[in-house]
Amino acid sequence: MAVGSNRLSASTGDTGGNTLNLANWGDYIDPKLIKKFERETGFHVNVETFDSNEGMYTKVKQGGTDYDLTVPSEYMVAKMRKEGLLVRLDKSRLHGLSNFGTAFMNRSFDPDNQYSIPYFWGTLGIIYNDRYVRPGSIQHWDDLWARKYRGDIMLIDSARDIMGMSLVSLGKSVNTTDRPTLVAAKAKLDALTPNVKAVVADEIKMYMEQDEAAIAVDWSGEASEMLGENKHLHYVVPSEGSNLWFDNLVIPRTAKHYKAIYAFLNFMMRPENAAQNAEYVGYATPNDKAKALLPAAVRHDRQFYPDAQTMQHLEVYDDLAPKVVREYNDLFLEFKMYRK
Amino acid sequence: MTFNSVWYALLITAATLLVSYPAAYFLHYTKHKQLWLLLIIMPTWINLLLKAYAFIGILGKHGALNNLLGAMGMAPHQFLFTDAAFILVAAYIEIPFMILPIFNAIEELNEGLVNASKDLGASGWQTFTKVVFPLSLSGVKSGVQAVFIPSLSLFMLTRLIGGNRVITLGTAIEEHFLTTMNWGMGSTIGVVLIVAMVIIMLLTSERQHRKGRVIHRA
Repeated sequence: MAVGSNRLSASTGDTGGNTLNLANWGDYIDPKLIKKFERETGFHVNVETFDSNEGMYTKVKQGGTDYDLTVPSEYMVAKMRKEGLLVRLDKSRLHGLSNFGTAFMNRSFDPDNQYSIPYFWGTLGIIYNDRYVRPGSIQHWDDLWARKYRGDIMLIDSARDIMGMSLVSLGKSVNTTDRPTLVAAKAKLDALTPNVKAVVADEIKMYMEQDEAAIAVDWSGEASEMLGENKHLHYVVPSEGSNLWFDNLVIPRTAKHYKAIYAFLNFMMRPENAAQNAEYVGYATPNDKAKALLPAAVRHDRQFYPDAQTMQHLEVYDDLAPKVVREYNDLFLEFKMYRK
Repeated sequence: MTFNSVWYALLITAATLLVSYPAAYFLHYTKHKQLWLLLIIMPTWINLLLKAYAFIGILGKHGALNNLLGAMGMAPHQFLFTDAAFILVAAYIEIPFMILPIFNAIEELNEGLVNASKDLGASGWQTFTKVVFPLSLSGVKSGVQAVFIPSLSLFMLTRLIGGNRVITLGTAIEEHFLTTMNWGMGSTIGVVLIVAMVIIMLLTSERQHRKGRVIHRA
């Protein structure tokens, strides 16, 4: 046991003041950038990965870790901020906040960006395979309800996203809290049941790449990976609205190496580095100056950088009251159990 | 959900029993018993998830099964994400846990009783229904025990093979821990499952006692 715990703390790098412990999603930063940062500044970076916001949250909350930086999604930023798990950013030590687009700053999950810097952003949308679906025939959420797509659609197993999709198709906000509207959204989902092939999670990527299903509702990040594997796939963000999500760099309560933290944040905000990272990861960067450095084909890709009008209709998830969240989850569970 | 869960667990147990009893029975009469037994146990050495992914490969739209059907000129069918697929895969995974206790019960059976039954003029079928089956019932019971409760709490399969169209108590626990973060409710369902298991085990062990007494008196 003792040996094990020693080795564990060694792996998170308790090796003095010149290290940086970064907890990140798997394969979510260009390793070459880490090398470059280490060469430039002399700090040593330990990267630890997590695969869900909740998993990372539990580790930070229960202590025993010494993460200096981590990358939660926006709703988790709000949750951690409210619970006092985050350290406020010292903006006098940050250079380059003006590089970010206004659409990505000062959002409801962290007003005035007191705790977080956006890292990547994306949307929720529809992926379709042009071997089974005529290109252009799916533009809006309502198109999914068409009879011809019987048993063709895979949905992401996420209450907030799928309920949100139904709410948007009813012309409502993804942050709706009143029960009648939520029930109506659930009833509309029930009507989608005959078209639903499965409600799954990460496997969607594999299934779509292998032509198992014609259509899927998933996040743009996952979509960009699928599109890289299968040329027949396309991604659409319905113009009437969808979710806008962010992954953000934050300093958790467990942080110790502040010099390294600010050096790293400033390093990652530099346009050339942010652009290199965006090219490696394939997600959309909120750093406008970095976006300008990306190849034109990427910059003008409507799938991952939607036009201004669509952008206006995108909504960020608010951190809803636990009671409402439970309602979302319960209704979603009822939908999953609904039989045609 | 609870009802759903119990219903699927019943179906899985029934399907497993249907395959396992004949398998165990014929296993008893085969030549290389230990070899066959090993072959039955071997799949349990492989992780459940890997087996699930293997089944995805078999049942998928472009999987082995549909390729086979296609070669025979039949149109591809949707197998994955159906109830039947879920029960098939769940039963496949549980089968070794059903075969072993039944096999042991049949092995322990005194061969003399079977010979006596045949000697006294019973047909093969009568011997089976009047002698072999009643005496191997304890094996069936422990098999059901070993299969039913785990089936109630299956969770990855409901998503990977059932496409989340099948919701079990296991799925509910997973959901409460990982998405709603309502750990209290998740733990409660977990405790309910444990209590249910204890009750079932108590019930079956009491019956074994009674049987023991009967044998003593005889």
